[in-house]
Amino acid sequence: MKKVLIPLVLFMGLVVFLAVGLKRDPREIPSPLIGKPAPHFTLFTLDPGDAKFSPIDMQGQVWMLNVWATWCVACREEHPVLVAFAEKNQVPIVGLSYKEIQPQDPAYKSPFDEKLQLARERSQVWLKRHGNPYVTSVMDLDGRVGINYGVYGVPETYVIDKAGVIRYKFVGAVTPALLAEKILPLMAELKKS
Amino acid sequence: MKRLILNATFAAGLSLAAVCVSHVAVAQTVELRTEREAAPMAEDPALEARLVDISQELRCLVCQNESLASSQAELADDLRQEVRALIRAGKSDQDIKDFLVARYGDFVLYRPEVKPLTWVLWFGPFVLLLIAAIGLGVYLRQRRALAVPAALSDEARERAKQLLKG
Repeated sequence: MKKVLIPLVLFMGLVVFLAVGLKRDPREIPSPLIGKPAPHFTLFTLDPGDAKFSPIDMQGQVWMLNVWATWCVACREEHPVLVAFAEKNQVPIVGLSYKEIQPQDPAYKSPFDEKLQLARERSQVWLKRHGNPYVTSVMDLDGRVGINYGVYGVPETYVIDKAGVIRYKFVGAVTPALLAEKILPLMAELKKS
Repeated sequence: MKRLILNATFAAGLSLAAVCVSHVAVAQTVELRTEREAAPMAEDPALEARLVDISQELRCLVCQNESLASSQAELADDLRQEVRALIRAGKSDQDIKDFLVARYGDFVLYRPEVKPLTWVLWFGPFVLLLIAAIGLGVYLRQRRALAVPAALSDEARERAKQLLKG
Protein backbone atom coordinates (compact mmCIF):
# COMPACT_ATOMS: atom_id res chain seq x y z
CA MET A 1 0.00 0.00 0.00
CA LYS A 2 2.75 2.39 1.02
CA LYS A 3 4.58 1.60 -2.19
CA VAL A 4 1.68 2.85 -4.25
CA LEU A 5 0.83 5.76 -2.02
CA ILE A 6 4.17 7.54 -2.00
CA PRO A 7 4.53 7.90 -5.78
CA LEU A 8 0.87 8.78 -5.99
CA VAL A 9 1.24 11.61 -3.47
CA LEU A 10 4.39 12.82 -5.24
CA PHE A 11 2.59 12.71 -8.56
CA MET A 12 -0.39 14.62 -7.19
CA GLY A 13 2.00 17.27 -5.87
CA LEU A 14 3.54 17.55 -9.32
CA VAL A 15 0.11 17.84 -10.92
CA VAL A 16 -0.86 20.64 -8.53
CA PHE A 17 2.33 22.55 -9.35
CA LEU A 18 1.84 22.12 -13.08
CA ALA A 19 -1.85 23.00 -12.92
CA VAL A 20 -1.08 26.24 -11.06
CA GLY A 21 1.72 26.94 -13.52
CA LEU A 22 -0.61 26.45 -16.47
CA LYS A 23 -3.17 28.86 -15.10
CA ARG A 24 -0.70 31.65 -14.45
CA ASP A 25 -0.41 34.26 -17.12
CA PRO A 26 3.24 34.57 -18.14
CA ARG A 27 2.52 38.12 -19.28
CA GLU A 28 1.65 39.15 -15.75
CA ILE A 29 4.93 40.51 -14.51
CA PRO A 30 4.88 42.23 -11.13
CA SER A 31 5.86 45.84 -11.65
CA PRO A 32 8.73 47.12 -9.53
CA LEU A 33 7.15 50.58 -9.79
CA ILE A 34 4.34 49.87 -7.35
CA GLY A 35 4.89 51.94 -4.23
CA LYS A 36 7.30 54.21 -6.10
CA PRO A 37 6.68 57.77 -7.33
CA ALA A 38 5.23 57.93 -10.83
CA PRO A 39 8.11 58.80 -13.19
CA HIS A 40 8.12 62.43 -14.17
CA PHE A 41 7.39 63.53 -17.72
CA THR A 42 6.23 66.58 -19.64
CA LEU A 43 4.41 65.83 -22.88
CA PHE A 44 2.19 67.58 -25.39
CA THR A 45 -1.48 66.83 -25.00
CA LEU A 46 -4.01 65.76 -27.57
CA ASP A 47 -5.30 69.30 -28.00
CA PRO A 48 -3.77 71.46 -30.70
CA GLY A 49 -1.31 74.03 -29.45
CA ASP A 50 1.60 73.88 -27.07
CA ALA A 51 -0.24 72.87 -23.91
CA LYS A 52 1.72 70.28 -21.94
CA PHE A 53 0.85 67.90 -19.17
CA SER A 54 2.92 66.58 -16.33
CA PRO A 55 1.95 64.16 -13.51
CA ILE A 56 2.57 67.01 -11.06
CA ASP A 57 -0.60 68.62 -12.45
CA MET A 58 -2.59 65.83 -10.81
CA GLN A 59 -1.05 66.22 -7.36
CA GLY A 60 -3.66 66.00 -4.62
CA GLN A 61 -5.92 63.81 -6.73
CA VAL A 62 -6.27 60.07 -7.05
CA TRP A 63 -6.12 59.32 -10.76
CA MET A 64 -5.67 56.67 -13.38
CA LEU A 65 -3.15 56.61 -16.20
CA ASN A 66 -4.32 54.52 -19.15
CA VAL A 67 -1.89 53.60 -21.93
CA TRP A 68 -3.63 53.33 -25.27
CA ALA A 69 -3.29 53.75 -29.05
CA THR A 70 -5.66 53.74 -31.99
CA TRP A 71 -3.82 50.75 -33.51
CA CYS A 72 -4.24 48.70 -30.34
CA VAL A 73 -6.89 46.03 -30.78
CA ALA A 74 -7.39 45.24 -27.10
CA CYS A 75 -7.97 48.96 -26.45
CA ARG A 76 -11.07 48.79 -28.60
CA GLU A 77 -12.44 46.15 -26.31
CA GLU A 78 -11.44 48.08 -23.21
CA HIS A 79 -12.56 51.50 -24.33
CA PRO A 80 -16.34 51.30 -23.78
CA VAL A 81 -15.64 49.93 -20.30
CA LEU A 82 -13.48 52.97 -19.50
CA VAL A 83 -15.99 55.40 -20.99
CA ALA A 84 -18.80 54.00 -18.84
CA PHE A 85 -16.54 53.96 -15.78
CA ALA A 86 -15.43 57.57 -16.20
CA GLU A 87 -19.01 58.74 -16.71
CA LYS A 88 -20.38 56.92 -13.72
CA ASN A 89 -17.63 57.47 -11.17
CA GLN A 90 -16.17 60.86 -11.97
CA VAL A 91 -12.69 59.44 -11.78
CA PRO A 92 -9.97 61.40 -13.57
CA ILE A 93 -8.37 59.21 -16.22
CA VAL A 94 -5.37 60.52 -18.11
CA GLY A 95 -4.62 58.82 -21.42
CA LEU A 96 -1.08 58.10 -22.54
CA SER A 97 -1.16 57.73 -26.30
CA TYR A 98 1.67 55.25 -26.81
CA LYS A 99 3.63 55.35 -30.08
CA GLU A 100 0.63 56.32 -32.15
CA ILE A 101 2.75 56.37 -35.31
CA GLN A 102 4.22 52.89 -35.65
CA PRO A 103 7.59 52.15 -37.30
CA GLN A 104 5.92 50.48 -40.29
CA ASP A 105 3.92 53.68 -40.88
CA PRO A 106 5.24 55.81 -43.77
CA ALA A 107 4.92 58.85 -41.50
CA TYR A 108 7.26 57.32 -38.89
CA LYS A 109 10.30 59.14 -40.19
CA SER A 110 8.57 62.50 -40.66
CA PRO A 111 9.68 65.48 -38.58
CA PHE A 112 8.36 65.62 -35.02
CA ASP A 113 5.79 68.36 -35.65
CA GLU A 114 4.20 66.50 -38.53
CA LYS A 115 4.11 63.27 -36.56
CA LEU A 116 2.55 65.04 -33.61
CA GLN A 117 -0.13 66.60 -35.76
CA LEU A 118 -0.95 63.34 -37.51
CA ALA A 119 -1.06 61.44 -34.20
CA ARG A 120 -3.35 64.08 -32.71
CA GLU A 121 -5.71 63.93 -35.68
CA ARG A 122 -5.92 60.15 -35.65
CA SER A 123 -6.46 60.04 -31.90
CA GLN A 124 -9.14 62.75 -32.00
CA VAL A 125 -11.07 60.93 -34.73
CA TRP A 126 -10.82 57.67 -32.85
CA LEU A 127 -11.98 59.21 -29.56
CA LYS A 128 -14.87 60.93 -31.31
CA ARG A 129 -16.02 57.61 -32.66
CA HIS A 130 -15.48 55.49 -29.54
CA GLY A 131 -16.08 58.07 -26.80
CA ASN A 132 -13.55 59.94 -24.69
CA PRO A 133 -13.05 58.83 -21.07
CA TYR A 134 -9.94 60.97 -20.60
CA VAL A 135 -9.62 64.31 -18.85
CA THR A 136 -6.62 64.74 -21.08
CA SER A 137 -4.44 62.51 -23.19
CA VAL A 138 -0.72 62.97 -23.65
CA MET A 139 1.27 62.07 -26.73
CA ASP A 140 4.17 59.71 -26.10
CA LEU A 141 5.29 59.53 -29.70
CA ASP A 142 8.63 57.78 -29.24
CA GLY A 143 7.50 55.57 -26.35
CA ARG A 144 10.20 56.74 -23.98
CA VAL A 145 7.77 57.72 -21.26
CA GLY A 146 6.29 54.26 -21.75
CA ILE A 147 9.70 52.74 -21.05
CA ASN A 148 9.99 54.77 -17.83
CA TYR A 149 6.66 53.35 -16.74
CA GLY A 150 7.69 49.81 -17.69
CA VAL A 151 5.08 49.54 -20.43
CA TYR A 152 5.48 46.36 -22.47
CA GLY A 153 2.03 45.84 -23.93
CA VAL A 154 -0.90 48.14 -24.64
CA PRO A 155 -3.31 48.71 -22.91
CA GLU A 156 -1.93 49.18 -19.43
CA THR A 157 -3.55 50.98 -16.52
CA TYR A 158 -2.00 52.58 -13.45
CA VAL A 159 -3.60 53.96 -10.30
CA ILE A 160 -1.68 56.89 -8.83
CA ASP A 161 -2.39 58.39 -5.42
CA LYS A 162 -2.53 62.00 -4.18
CA ALA A 163 1.19 62.10 -3.49
CA GLY A 164 1.96 60.86 -7.00
CA VAL A 165 2.86 57.29 -5.96
CA ILE A 166 1.90 54.37 -8.22
CA ARG A 167 -0.36 52.07 -6.23
CA TYR A 168 -1.56 49.58 -8.81
CA LYS A 169 -0.80 48.43 -12.30
CA PHE A 170 -2.79 46.27 -14.66
CA VAL A 171 -1.62 44.94 -18.02
CA GLY A 172 -4.30 44.18 -20.58
CA ALA A 173 -7.87 45.31 -21.12
CA VAL A 174 -9.62 46.23 -17.87
CA THR A 175 -12.99 44.59 -17.28
CA PRO A 176 -16.04 46.00 -15.46
CA ALA A 177 -15.45 43.38 -12.74
CA LEU A 178 -11.85 44.46 -12.20
CA LEU A 179 -12.86 48.12 -12.02
CA ALA A 180 -15.72 47.49 -9.61
CA GLU A 181 -13.98 44.97 -7.36
CA LYS A 182 -10.41 46.16 -7.30
CA ILE A 183 -9.76 49.58 -8.75
CA LEU A 184 -12.76 51.50 -7.43
CA PRO A 185 -12.38 50.33 -3.79
CA LEU A 186 -8.65 51.05 -3.98
CA MET A 187 -9.28 54.55 -5.30
CA ALA A 188 -11.92 55.22 -2.64
CA GLU A 189 -9.48 54.15 0.03
CA LEU A 190 -6.70 56.29 -1.40
CA LYS A 191 -9.02 59.27 -1.54
CA LYS A 192 -9.66 59.03 2.19
CA SER A 193 -6.03 59.07 3.18
CA MET B 1 4.40 -0.13 -9.22
CA LYS B 2 6.66 0.28 -12.23
CA ARG B 3 3.58 0.85 -14.34
CA LEU B 4 2.44 3.58 -12.02
CA ILE B 5 5.73 5.43 -12.18
CA LEU B 6 5.74 5.11 -15.95
CA ASN B 7 2.26 6.54 -16.09
CA ALA B 8 3.25 9.38 -13.79
CA THR B 9 6.30 10.15 -15.88
CA PHE B 10 4.22 10.15 -19.02
CA ALA B 11 1.60 12.47 -17.52
CA ALA B 12 4.26 14.82 -16.21
CA GLY B 13 5.92 14.91 -19.62
CA LEU B 14 2.59 15.65 -21.22
CA SER B 15 1.88 18.51 -18.80
CA LEU B 16 5.33 19.93 -19.41
CA ALA B 17 4.71 19.83 -23.13
CA ALA B 18 1.41 21.63 -22.56
CA VAL B 19 3.19 24.34 -20.56
CA CYS B 20 5.70 24.83 -23.36
CA VAL B 21 2.99 25.01 -26.01
CA SER B 22 1.01 27.57 -24.03
CA HIS B 23 4.14 29.72 -23.73
CA VAL B 24 4.73 29.58 -27.44
CA ALA B 25 1.11 30.54 -28.06
CA VAL B 26 1.44 33.55 -25.78
CA ALA B 27 4.63 34.64 -27.48
CA GLN B 28 2.88 34.53 -30.82
CA THR B 29 -0.21 36.45 -29.85
CA VAL B 30 1.44 39.19 -27.86
CA GLU B 31 0.96 42.59 -29.34
CA LEU B 32 3.57 45.13 -30.34
CA ARG B 33 5.39 42.47 -32.26
CA THR B 34 6.25 43.36 -35.78
CA GLU B 35 8.49 41.52 -38.15
CA ARG B 36 11.00 43.76 -39.76
CA GLU B 37 14.38 43.48 -41.33
CA ALA B 38 17.40 43.67 -39.11
CA ALA B 39 18.51 47.22 -38.42
CA PRO B 40 21.62 48.24 -40.33
CA MET B 41 24.84 48.11 -38.37
CA ALA B 42 25.44 51.36 -36.57
CA GLU B 43 28.58 53.28 -37.21
CA ASP B 44 30.26 52.39 -33.94
CA PRO B 45 31.23 48.68 -33.81
CA ALA B 46 32.58 48.88 -30.24
CA LEU B 47 29.29 50.28 -29.01
CA GLU B 48 27.34 47.61 -30.92
CA ALA B 49 29.51 44.88 -29.46
CA ARG B 50 28.83 46.11 -25.95
CA LEU B 51 25.15 46.42 -26.75
CA VAL B 52 25.04 42.79 -27.87
CA ASP B 53 27.01 41.75 -24.79
CA ILE B 54 24.61 43.45 -22.42
CA SER B 55 21.41 42.66 -24.22
CA GLN B 56 22.16 38.94 -24.41
CA GLU B 57 21.76 38.96 -20.65
CA LEU B 58 18.42 40.72 -20.86
CA ARG B 59 15.01 39.28 -21.62
CA CYS B 60 12.67 40.71 -24.21
CA LEU B 61 9.50 41.57 -22.31
CA VAL B 62 7.29 40.88 -25.29
CA CYS B 63 8.53 37.49 -26.49
CA GLN B 64 9.85 36.45 -23.08
CA ASN B 65 11.87 33.51 -24.36
CA GLU B 66 14.09 35.63 -26.53
CA SER B 67 16.92 37.84 -25.40
CA LEU B 68 16.87 41.54 -26.03
CA ALA B 69 19.75 41.00 -28.44
CA SER B 70 17.87 38.64 -30.73
CA SER B 71 14.30 39.89 -30.46
CA GLN B 72 12.65 41.62 -33.40
CA ALA B 73 9.81 42.99 -31.29
CA GLU B 74 9.32 46.72 -31.48
CA LEU B 75 9.73 47.21 -27.76
CA ALA B 76 13.05 45.34 -27.90
CA ASP B 77 14.16 47.74 -30.60
CA ASP B 78 13.22 50.71 -28.43
CA LEU B 79 14.98 49.22 -25.43
CA ARG B 80 18.11 48.59 -27.47
CA GLN B 81 18.03 52.25 -28.46
CA GLU B 82 17.74 53.15 -24.80
CA VAL B 83 20.70 50.90 -23.93
CA ARG B 84 22.73 52.49 -26.75
CA ALA B 85 22.01 55.93 -25.31
CA LEU B 86 23.08 54.74 -21.84
CA ILE B 87 26.32 53.28 -23.21
CA ARG B 88 27.05 56.57 -24.97
CA ALA B 89 26.40 58.37 -21.69
CA GLY B 90 29.21 56.30 -20.20
CA LYS B 91 27.10 54.09 -17.91
CA SER B 92 28.49 50.81 -16.64
CA ASP B 93 26.88 47.45 -17.45
CA GLN B 94 25.53 47.29 -13.92
CA ASP B 95 24.01 50.79 -14.24
CA ILE B 96 22.25 49.73 -17.44
CA LYS B 97 20.89 46.56 -15.90
CA ASP B 98 19.72 48.53 -12.86
CA PHE B 99 17.97 50.97 -15.20
CA LEU B 100 15.93 48.16 -16.76
CA VAL B 101 15.30 46.31 -13.51
CA ALA B 102 13.92 49.52 -11.97
CA ARG B 103 11.32 49.63 -14.76
CA TYR B 104 10.58 46.03 -15.60
CA GLY B 105 11.67 44.10 -12.52
CA ASP B 106 14.06 41.18 -12.03
CA PHE B 107 12.22 39.40 -14.81
CA VAL B 108 14.33 41.20 -17.45
CA LEU B 109 17.50 39.56 -16.17
CA TYR B 110 18.25 36.11 -17.51
CA ARG B 111 20.58 35.74 -14.56
CA PRO B 112 18.67 37.27 -11.64
CA GLU B 113 20.63 38.54 -8.69
CA VAL B 114 21.06 36.19 -5.77
CA LYS B 115 18.93 37.63 -2.97
CA PRO B 116 16.35 36.26 -0.53
CA LEU B 117 13.56 36.63 -3.09
CA THR B 118 15.42 34.54 -5.65
CA TRP B 119 16.89 31.94 -3.31
CA VAL B 120 14.27 29.38 -4.24
CA LEU B 121 15.09 29.94 -7.89
CA TRP B 122 18.83 29.58 -7.41
CA PHE B 123 19.05 26.90 -4.77
CA GLY B 124 15.71 25.08 -5.16
CA PRO B 125 16.98 22.58 -7.73
CA PHE B 126 19.98 21.67 -5.57
CA VAL B 127 17.77 21.25 -2.52
CA LEU B 128 15.49 18.96 -4.54
CA LEU B 129 18.53 17.00 -5.76
CA LEU B 130 19.74 16.63 -2.17
CA ILE B 131 16.33 15.41 -1.01
CA ALA B 132 16.23 12.93 -3.89
CA ALA B 133 19.75 11.68 -3.08
CA ILE B 134 18.87 11.22 0.60
CA GLY B 135 15.67 9.41 -0.42
CA LEU B 136 17.61 7.12 -2.71
CA GLY B 137 20.18 6.40 0.01
CA VAL B 138 17.48 5.52 2.52
CA TYR B 139 15.69 3.36 -0.01
CA LEU B 140 18.83 1.43 -0.98
CA ARG B 141 19.76 0.86 2.65
CA GLN B 142 16.29 -0.47 3.41
CA ARG B 143 16.45 -2.76 0.43
CA ARG B 144 19.80 -4.14 1.47
CA ALA B 145 18.45 -4.86 4.93
CA LEU B 146 15.49 -6.67 3.41
CA ALA B 147 17.58 -8.90 1.16
CA VAL B 148 17.65 -12.42 2.60
CA PRO B 149 20.92 -14.27 2.12
CA ALA B 150 20.36 -17.17 -0.22
CA ALA B 151 19.80 -20.28 1.82
CA LEU B 152 21.72 -23.09 0.17
CA SER B 153 21.94 -26.45 1.69
CA ASP B 154 25.34 -28.14 1.76
CA GLU B 155 23.99 -30.68 -0.61
CA ALA B 156 22.96 -28.07 -3.15
CA ARG B 157 26.29 -26.28 -2.84
CA GLU B 158 28.08 -29.51 -3.54
CA ARG B 159 25.94 -30.07 -6.60
CA ALA B 160 26.60 -26.60 -7.87
CA LYS B 161 30.34 -27.15 -7.52
CA GLN B 162 30.05 -30.34 -9.46
CA LEU B 163 28.11 -28.63 -12.19
CA LEU B 164 30.57 -25.75 -12.43
CA LYS B 165 33.49 -28.11 -12.71
CA GLY B 166 31.64 -29.59 -15.67
